[in-house]
Amino acid sequence: MRTLAIDNLNVVFSTEEGPLHALKNVSFEVPENRIVGIVGESGCGKSTLINAVLGLLADNGRIAEGTIRFEGKTDLVGLSPDRMRALRGQRISTVFQDPMGALNPVLSVGRQMVNIQYRSGLSRAEKQARAVEMLRLVRIPDAEAALRRYPHQFSGGMKQRIAIAMALMMEPALLIADEPTTALDATLEVATIELLQDLQKKIGCSVLFISHHLGVIAELCEDVVVMYAGEVVERGTVRQIFNDPRHPYTRRLLECDPARQSRRTRHLPTIPGEIPDLRARPGGCIFAPRCDRAHSACAAPQPERDCGDHHFARCVLAREPETADGRA
Amino acid sequence: MSEAVSSPPARQSGPGRALRRLLREPLGVFAILLVALVVFGAIFADLLTQYDPTRINPRERFSPPGADHLLGTDQLGRDLFARVLHGGRIALYVALVSTAISLAIGIVLGLIAGYGPRWLDNLMILVFDAVKSFPTVMLALALVTLVGPSLTAVMVVVILVNVPGYARIIRTQTIALKTSEFVTAAQSMGASSARILRVHVLPNVIGPLVILASMDIPVVIAIEAGMSFLGLGVRPPTPSWGSILNDGFSNIRETAWIAVAGGLPIIVTTLGFTFLGETLRDVLDPRLKGRG
Repeated sequence: MRTLAIDNLNVVFSTEEGPLHALKNVSFEVPENRIVGIVGESGCGKSTLINAVLGLLADNGRIAEGTIRFEGKTDLVGLSPDRMRALRGQRISTVFQDPMGALNPVLSVGRQMVNIQYRSGLSRAEKQARAVEMLRLVRIPDAEAALRRYPHQFSGGMKQRIAIAMALMMEPALLIADEPTTALDATLEVATIELLQDLQKKIGCSVLFISHHLGVIAELCEDVVVMYAGEVVERGTVRQIFNDPRHPYTRRLLECDPARQSRRTRHLPTIPGEIPDLRARPGGCIFAPRCDRAHSACAAPQPERDCGDHHFARCVLAREPETADGRA
Repeated sequence: MSEAVSSPPARQSGPGRALRRLLREPLGVFAILLVALVVFGAIFADLLTQYDPTRINPRERFSPPGADHLLGTDQLGRDLFARVLHGGRIALYVALVSTAISLAIGIVLGLIAGYGPRWLDNLMILVFDAVKSFPTVMLALALVTLVGPSLTAVMVVVILVNVPGYARIIRTQTIALKTSEFVTAAQSMGASSARILRVHVLPNVIGPLVILASMDIPVVIAIEAGMSFLGLGVRPPTPSWGSILNDGFSNIRETAWIAVAGGLPIIVTTLGFTFLGETLRDVLDPRLKGRG
């Protein structure tokens, strides 16, 4: 069964300069019990995607087309706000980027962890016990004492772990992690990733992990979705994406990852050009203006091409494996 | 875990800690003494004097302060000490009740303006500014012309004067908190707007506002005294510091003690609450120390 199945999702924001097509024909799946990573540079629509799933799009945004099926049945598109709210925090929960801001500064951690269980129907003591249990699970030392402390008395890494504990408290079917390690330093990042992996196995939920850090995605995720300018340009397993990328954007993105540089260079490689203006999308391939392999066929709209074994890329050259020098 | 664990002892409960720190400040102790004096006098007014504050005794008109009448008597022979104590009840009652009502209304309106739709916010700000633009005295005069002088009129004036300010403060803070990460987090965890306002926004905004309101108490007492002085507040013969002051005002050269009996409690109370509010602010929010 698939925890989340997004099909042909289109999100449009109305702005003063006209409609902005933030997500275009986005389709991918999060299978049960699997960690799926979404990777892409800033402004590629990762956050819009999360908000669309959570039903928290800004007032000027709307889902123009598509379905978001949750746990095989419920279509989250067009679900009433009350029913959506009932899902959030129970079946779908979220961890955000900034652990400093995710906790209310004036309430003790215990108070917040008990508060969040307001829909559980447990007694106060049971809620308290559950909070302690969750803090232990995320390896907060001296969990009982930690409940009495305030957020400012914890380090950033600990706060992020508390946020993870709160998100997993209700044992959701889907955890959306929006760059949860970006604000942490490298050692903490590794620790947090290991913790997430561990908890995912224990609780048996699916994870949608958003990051722009390729190393983290490779380490943690099983499937990867590569997004560019609001479109899914390539998706497949970690092995497929990292060892056999078929879309030129994925290839350039991998080339730009400092961790994958084979030799020291004076400047890190970049992809020339900028993300196109989403108010005036080019008719054909969205990456064509920046692509060094673009040709006449790229001016036509690109469907997702099957590269075999659930590996898809939105490129005319998708069926050509990468050559030795990375160029065809 | 590789990170350093910071574990200071869990914070002590707020009010107890604040009180202890308040008692370390000399000004705080002085303020508490002044306020305690006034509150004590108002609560135990019936035990502290056997005189009826409204009983007229023509034979003892204008008696100067002495053993019989601690603060003397006024032009109708009423015991001024009794009148001052009972006037304190009125003053404190008006100050506390109307401040509490102002706070409650201001908080609710501020939360609605800050968290609600934009058009409602604009409308409410317009109304707040319109109400605020009336000078207090004009507002009082207008209201008393409509409904006649009474304690209720005083309280309505105080509420009208205070609410816009409180609501604006709450509104500004709510808008700032609305986009904060923990509110977004709460939304993503399925909390309703009412729940977010109650659990997340209110505890973050209420502290500074309560301090501000405690500093407004002397202003309220002054408004009550002022309106009663002008005859727009408490109706005679009910004692009020403002009306005592007015009684003394007409013969201030011959019988100064009446004006003193009316004026001194106003000064003591105003100073006490102002100092209390200021030290409370310094104690609870050290960033503001020495400012304002």
